Amino acid sequence: RLPGTGPPDGKKREQWCTLPRMEKVIVAMQDPDMGMKMRNQRLLITVIPHAMTGVCVCVCWLLASMCVSLNERLAVHLSGMLVRYGYIYPLKEPRSLVLRPDESPYRFQTPYFWTSTRWPASELDYAIYLAKKNIRKQGELMEYEKERYSLLHKRINHTWDFVVMQAREQLRASKQRRKADRIVLECQEQAYWLINRPPPGAHNVLDMGLERPNNFSARVTLLTLCAFCLCLQIETCRRALGRNRVKSSICLEGYVSTSNKHGRTHTHTHTHANVVSADELVWLVFFMSSVPTPTRLRVERWSFSFMELLKDIMGMREFMLYLEKEFSAENLCFWQACEDIRHGESSRILEKVEDIYKNFLAPGAARWVNIDSKTMDKTLQGLRHPHRFVMDDAQMHIYFLMKKDSYPRYLKSDLYKNMLAKAIVPQETKKSVFPFMRRQRHSSPSPAQAVIQVTEEDGHAKGAGRAGTNSAAGSHV
Amino acid sequence: FPKQTFSLCCKPFRCRSLPARRKYMRSPLVPEMATQEVQLNETLSHLKTESDTLKTKLEEERAKLHDVELHQVAEKVDGLGQFVMKTRRTLKGHGNKVLCMDWCKDKRRIVSSSQDGKVIVWDAFTTNKEHAVTMPCTWVMACAYAPSGCAVACGGLDNKCSVYPLSLDKNENLAAKKKSVAMHTNYLSACSFTNSDMQILTSSGDGTCALWDVESGQLLQSFHGHAADVLCLDLAPSETGNTFVSGGCDKKANVWDMRSGQCIQSFETHESDINSVRYYPSGDAFASGSDDATCRLYDLRADREVAIYSKESIIFGVSSVDFSLSGRLLFGGYNDYTINVWDVLKGTRVSILFGHENRVSTLRVSPDGTAFCSGSWDHTLRTWA
Repeated sequence: RLPGTGPPDGKKREQWCTLPRMEKVIVAMQDPDMGMKMRNQRLLITVIPHAMTGVCVCVCWLLASMCVSLNERLAVHLSGMLVRYGYIYPLKEPRSLVLRPDESPYRFQTPYFWTSTRWPASELDYAIYLAKKNIRKQGELMEYEKERYSLLHKRINHTWDFVVMQAREQLRASKQRRKADRIVLECQEQAYWLINRPPPGAHNVLDMGLERPNNFSARVTLLTLCAFCLCLQIETCRRALGRNRVKSSICLEGYVSTSNKHGRTHTHTHTHANVVSADELVWLVFFMSSVPTPTRLRVERWSFSFMELLKDIMGMREFMLYLEKEFSAENLCFWQACEDIRHGESSRILEKVEDIYKNFLAPGAARWVNIDSKTMDKTLQGLRHPHRFVMDDAQMHIYFLMKKDSYPRYLKSDLYKNMLAKAIVPQETKKSVFPFMRRQRHSSPSPAQAVIQVTEEDGHAKGAGRAGTNSAAGSHV
Repeated sequence: FPKQTFSLCCKPFRCRSLPARRKYMRSPLVPEMATQEVQLNETLSHLKTESDTLKTKLEEERAKLHDVELHQVAEKVDGLGQFVMKTRRTLKGHGNKVLCMDWCKDKRRIVSSSQDGKVIVWDAFTTNKEHAVTMPCTWVMACAYAPSGCAVACGGLDNKCSVYPLSLDKNENLAAKKKSVAMHTNYLSACSFTNSDMQILTSSGDGTCALWDVESGQLLQSFHGHAADVLCLDLAPSETGNTFVSGGCDKKANVWDMRSGQCIQSFETHESDINSVRYYPSGDAFASGSDDATCRLYDLRADREVAIYSKESIIFGVSSVDFSLSGRLLFGGYNDYTINVWDVLKGTRVSILFGHENRVSTLRVSPDGTAFCSGSWDHTLRTWA
């Protein structure tokens, strides 16, 4: 079961979504009233009916019908996909399934040859096709086709008589058609095989990646019958029904206020808060934690929410300094210690829990934290059988204590205001200054290296220290 | 709920189709078994009815509090100006389709994995390759950077998630120090470190997600509830940091409590496999991208889908999504080789980015939000800004 050569199941599921949508577009394009205007195309001396030009496909029809926002490049791209997937094929140069947005003629592929109808392509059909080509004109087969032809000859040797007979029959039948029809049929067939048996090195559009080995539809049927899954579903539904929900209007307002918050911090006058035109966009190298002086943007973000402050290592450090002044630093230390238990190694949980008890919770402890008696009792009970989450309640209590009390005071403090004042306000300057806009030759030290040298506080790479003196204007997206 | 049903159904995902057997059995081999099967069928159909009724009721409850649409609320917000994003760097070096990538917290390094079994760590600024590991399997579908920047985790068809400490010695074979952490019974589809290097969260084609202790390789918690392959996951940036969301082939997006292993919320509005899920920066919502060519936004407090990002002209599925730092923009990598940028609040498409020559398989915004990186089946990664 090799990836990429998967069975129908996995492929079918993805195709089941995408191909019908493409077919919908194709059918709409051929609508007698609203569809494309097709006409006869002259190909050398033969006149091919129901053809259209490349430019008609993408520029005219798609732009007009699909939706106003479709820009030209997108229209070309989309119609290119229709050709790649074989729904439209070129009359001239039929070997290459590419759409040229010019006067080159194209035709709609017959549904008989649609990717969704005849999948997977059968070896027998391919053998017959190659045999026909071989018989029709000696030496018309390409190198790779010759190889495949001989491989097939070996593999399905037992039906080879049938293959040759079929090929001859089909050729004979086609000779009796009008030349225009014959050309059309040949083009159609060729387009189909270009997709189902692409030449080596060509883009294989039918490659849907790793097939998901479990037959989805059958499995889902099995599983929905399965008691275990159903029970879980019922349980989840019951729990969900008991949930407290918030009105949409309140929730959605939240997004608007977040957006406005970020909007206030931008330094550009004519661009939107969160998005900057590429020409003025610059890399905020200063966001790197190792740089001593942060940008104004970075410091302002600490005021958005307590979470933002704690997420930033510099913010946390500054907050700790403030708490030390207020003689309540033990709260943050306690919180950090609890985080360490929750996310640390299983093997050290016991040891860490004991440390926390000794330093923060025991009566007379050096850095005793003020937790309400109910939570304290519950925590002490839990300490008898310590586990990863034993400190959760206490941690949350202290977290919200800091959030409601110390955090708002910190934002009003001189410490924070000074930080804001001395923060860098980058000016809108040249592209040349900014890392992603030019090629940097110097590499920065790997974080792995930094860990050896650096103290507990930094923890990250010393990074591009040179950035300290450059000014960079910017906003984040 | 009869106890014997469970004993008959001991391996849920391997259940054979019972109705068929009953139909075609010539004579009951053991009379008791026949009656038990009949009982099981009846119970199953009762369960199914109950489940369906509850689901309908849930949808009704959810609809009751839905008093306004997102785009209506967003009318008072300023529109986004015109903006242009371009490819700033192209990372070439993989020999086959790029399947997954992740940023390092230093906002500069990237780890990527590919179908050819290679996992490469790049410096995204200079485009230099800093480390390369060859996995013993192909189709490395998941990779993640450790928060400290000192290790990477990856896995795929080997059904495992392995952690490789990044050595500074260029001559040292990284594979020698490899540590096998997670073991699933099917392919690994996604992995992510939690807040430290010591825990990894994984999702797999076996329909489960799991939380592991890296040091010991011990399974800390497993999460059951998806009815098919789980394809993606994302950890919540919430203050209490105890939940994550996962999306799967059963079209469901589930929110889980990491501590208890329970599914606390479930959303089933997509019409096909969910390939990618990502939390909104505040943690109150998450976005999902699916093969049905839509991205959707689900609000966790309102407990419902609040926005759909789709267009008639978007025919191909979404493989990966991520938010901009502020959450105003949603970037989606599509199977038609393009990247669409959506205005999350207004629901409109702001930009289309062309450049990749095959489908976009993975997309992440950098930790400081100044750029994003996309990986594609055209063997390259591109950084955009």
